[in-house]
Amino acid sequence: MQKKRISEYIWEIPPDQKPGMKVPARIVASEKLMAGMDEGVYNQVTNVACLPGIRQYAWCMPDGHWGYGFPIGGVAAFDMDEGIISPGGIGFDINCGVRLIRTSLTEDEVRPKLKELVDTLFRNIPAGVGKSGSVSLSRRDFTNVITQGAAWCQKNGYAWEEDLNRIEQRGQIPGADPSAVSDKAVNRGIDQIGTLGSGNHYLEVQAVRFDQGCDAEISRLLGVEAPGQVTIMIHCGSRGFGHQIGTDYLQSFGSAMKRYGITTNDRELACAPISSTEGRQYFGAMACAANAAFANRQVITHHVRQSFETVFDKPADRLGMNLVYDVAHNIAKIETYEIEGRPTKLLIHRKGATRAYGPGNPALSGIFHQTGQPVLVGGSMQTGSYLMVGTCMAEQLTFGSTCHGAGRVMSRAAAKKRVRGSDLLNQMERDGIIVRTASFSGLAEEAGFAYKNVSDVVEAVHNLGISRKVARLIPMANIKG
Amino acid sequence: MKRAEFRFEIVEDLASADFIFDAYGRTLEDLFKACATACFTAITEIERVEPSKEYNLMVDGEDQNELLYNYIAELIYLKDTEKSFFSYFEIHIAEDKKSLTSIVKGEPISYDKHVIKTDVKAVTHHRLNITERDGEFVTRMVLDL
Repeated sequence: MQKKRISEYIWEIPPDQKPGMKVPARIVASEKLMAGMDEGVYNQVTNVACLPGIRQYAWCMPDGHWGYGFPIGGVAAFDMDEGIISPGGIGFDINCGVRLIRTSLTEDEVRPKLKELVDTLFRNIPAGVGKSGSVSLSRRDFTNVITQGAAWCQKNGYAWEEDLNRIEQRGQIPGADPSAVSDKAVNRGIDQIGTLGSGNHYLEVQAVRFDQGCDAEISRLLGVEAPGQVTIMIHCGSRGFGHQIGTDYLQSFGSAMKRYGITTNDRELACAPISSTEGRQYFGAMACAANAAFANRQVITHHVRQSFETVFDKPADRLGMNLVYDVAHNIAKIETYEIEGRPTKLLIHRKGATRAYGPGNPALSGIFHQTGQPVLVGGSMQTGSYLMVGTCMAEQLTFGSTCHGAGRVMSRAAAKKRVRGSDLLNQMERDGIIVRTASFSGLAEEAGFAYKNVSDVVEAVHNLGISRKVARLIPMANIKG
Repeated sequence: MKRAEFRFEIVEDLASADFIFDAYGRTLEDLFKACATACFTAITEIERVEPSKEYNLMVDGEDQNELLYNYIAELIYLKDTEKSFFSYFEIHIAEDKKSLTSIVKGEPISYDKHVIKTDVKAVTHHRLNITERDGEFVTRMVLDL
């Protein structure tokens, strides 16, 4: 497949490279990242470019790799009238995302108590398969959780009042429709609020670094002020609730496609017109799962604050444990962008990609109006993560989207062959990173070498200008499901 | 050499976050059993899961591929809601290949007893296509982790 270099960080596959492509496919990457790019990305991003009602370009971010249907790192915008909604463009783990909590503690203050802290966190935050959360919910309560998201948490004592201002869309996606959710999804999710899950999900205690090119002034405005300051990052999603919604709708969209006469290159791109009954139902169910995920991360935050209070014997507010931000990485949202000179409402699919609104965006309030929206890029548990901010360039170029993480380069099976989980744990301890895990083999699958270099990914989006590097967050301790 | 009634081989060369395998069965039932076994092998050391509690499942599907997708989806659902692992799968597929009944046996998840590898979030349609090759039923299956 021909890949034309458009600029230093943009590569384009023209529509003549595959029958049915309605728009070109574009990949954000440096030459180095492009050389190592998973071949599956090209096939999948060009399949996305064939979908009905797609506008401008099918994008893949530099952390892209093979997914099912859309590649991970995929971003695509669909016309509200002619376009489609696709569960494969969002992922099974709806609103898998990341949140960052600041503290006023320093690395030197935390290090002597790190083991005690990690054990306390591991005890208080259920991680791994088959674990229930601490929140006991009736079916009516659960309906409130999935319609209100983070607002439910605030009403029920799991959130500080200011937390909501620091969550993408205040932690509540409008349009949530509980009637579009199956009993099975509710049964799977009802006892999982406040649980981390497994796979690549984690909770990390981190220390701030300002590498070359980081904008320390913006960082300070966001509450991440000094090198050595301790932060906490939470990466998880909507758990079994969202997975079941994905499973249910991938199945029912198969027959819906026949009814609407839609064909796709891949069964995993099953979709329905946005305006159809099925499309509206899936959007309503997806919004429920997104809200459940915001609530999940909020309840975990509550337990993180409690754990720090126990270990450091001070109230969480005196430890400065404010939320920096919470972003979704797997979601579809209605947003407005200029198409052919006219502001147009579009359904933006982001699968392993982050919204990246720039300064001045009317959807941003408070300090974010000045700094741009915080973008949280989760790296591997060995290499660290980044705090970035969105830009106006992202709004003009990539439908207000940027990368979400490092991106895998190695299968889980191959990673496990290369390192034993217990050896990796010892190696990380020697490197000063304490790990607690529900699964040793799961740990091995998440080894740093299984991922691209997160700094390369971050440099690519920074240099292209679709987000700005603010601070690097290096791991001190990690809890893995 | 006599081939096993069912087996599966893990596919390692795709740089993906998923669990990918090729499953083989002498009969369609054996193929389904291979996929179910592979699914719980991804999650735990299945040999340690005692078949002490029994569940009866009825699953429908528009065709044999859908039926397999729905069967594995049902097992993943049962894992989460019963908080159990399963190691025994007895399957009877109707002649029209549009429904099945299954007896599934397993036990509640124990972090003391079981070795936890990972969790399976969902089964996908990717490359799921049952064919007959050399007297065996064969399919690839991708599980989202």
